Amino acid sequence: MAEINQEDILHLLSQRLASFANPELEITPETNLITQLAIDSIKLLNLIMELEDHFDISIPLNALTDVLTVRDLANLIYRIMSDSK
Amino acid sequence: MNLLEKLDAAAAARKAQLPTGLSAFGIPIEEIYSPTEARIGERRILLLGTNNYLGLSFSPECRKAAHEAIDKEGTGTTGSRMANGNYSGHRALEMEFADFYHCRSCIVFTTGYQANLGTISGLIGAGDVALIDGDSHASIYDGCILSGADIIRFRHNDMADLEKRLRRLGDRSKNTLIIAEGIYSMLGDQAPLAEIVSLKNAYNSILLLDEAHSLGVLGETGQGLAEKTGLINQVDFITGTFSKSLCGIGGYCVSNHLQLDQLRYVSHPYIFTASPSPSTIAATRVALRLLRDGSKLREQLWRNARQLYSHLKMIGFQVGPEPGPVVATILDNPQQALALWNGLLENGIYVNLILPPAAPEGKSLVRCSVNAAHTSEQIEHVCQAFSKLHSSIIQ
Repeated sequence: MAEINQEDILHLLSQRLASFANPELEITPETNLITQLAIDSIKLLNLIMELEDHFDISIPLNALTDVLTVRDLANLIYRIMSDSK
Repeated sequence: MNLLEKLDAAAAARKAQLPTGLSAFGIPIEEIYSPTEARIGERRILLLGTNNYLGLSFSPECRKAAHEAIDKEGTGTTGSRMANGNYSGHRALEMEFADFYHCRSCIVFTTGYQANLGTISGLIGAGDVALIDGDSHASIYDGCILSGADIIRFRHNDMADLEKRLRRLGDRSKNTLIIAEGIYSMLGDQAPLAEIVSLKNAYNSILLLDEAHSLGVLGETGQGLAEKTGLINQVDFITGTFSKSLCGIGGYCVSNHLQLDQLRYVSHPYIFTASPSPSTIAATRVALRLLRDGSKLREQLWRNARQLYSHLKMIGFQVGPEPGPVVATILDNPQQALALWNGLLENGIYVNLILPPAAPEGKSLVRCSVNAAHTSEQIEHVCQAFSKLHSSIIQ
């Protein structure tokens, strides 16, 4: 995969998360995944599997404990990708 | 939102799914008459939502053993296996389980939930990996969380997906515990064990198989999926529960790895829990013997399972991928599931209602569990009730 930065990951996440959101809601990096997007636990776990496949990385579920916002998730993905280089 | 407000929000979400006053979860059973009948409210009800697969809950031999144990050893041990709660019966049951599976080691736990919690958290830790089926039971998820290992899910029963995730782990696959279940409790389907074993060997991982729902149900002597597939020596650790086919409460882990015994010294769910009561152990020892010799019970169980599964499929309900004692009817939304659950109860049949997010893929389930004590007339009554309700549920 070509070099990717945090902004690219944020953009991709925002696009993907739009399918979970009320069309009126603008998804920003600070959007809370649980309280604003109302993603339930199973949807979140399935989204993680999709993201693992998209970026060809492993995202441990225990790393999600600190993830609240879209930016948190993007940062986590970026960190895992950087560590795996 | 403070701690109590969070609980209020959860209660409001649950109320939105279920009409006021209807208690689909935790409905009280007032009296229980047999493995298949009970009283709920003022009605005599056919039980089709228990895990009593071999119908042994009223076995005279098990009841006699439990009574005798209470008279001889009292009602409870009041302590853990590591302290004052290690009775000769606990050790005898461990040896009988090891003999049953032709394995070298066994540990008995106080519940099936703790068997997974204690085994998983004892086997793996920080820096290791748990690679688990997406439809795993909560006890598996919780055991992995307790362990501190990295938790990765693979798509349910999807072997290409499991291999992809093993490949991504690189060298870490050697420190990976793959976890699957003999029969999955939601849809009643079985794990593709031969493929899982092949992958775990190729990637030098360790395999734990939870036979909670398959003990007593699969295999010639009822050991579970590992016996049915002839792969018992390829599975590193097998866990299971006493609370389904054995009709008690408790759990176990068996293995040919002698290191299993070390879990007694590191596994908090084993160390810091009171041991099973003498009556539970005594009844379970007898139930294990009945299970082992229970090929006729298994035949009746499977006749009942196939009769119900094929009827539901024939009349147009969406059911799980394969027949088995867990027969799940898959509905598109909670309203349909609730209407079916309620309709069955009005017809004198108790089943389990499972709503999102507990059910896979955002669906809702009405889950039936058949047992060997159900008569073919009782199953026929259930089939007729489903037929009667079909047109009003599925538009």
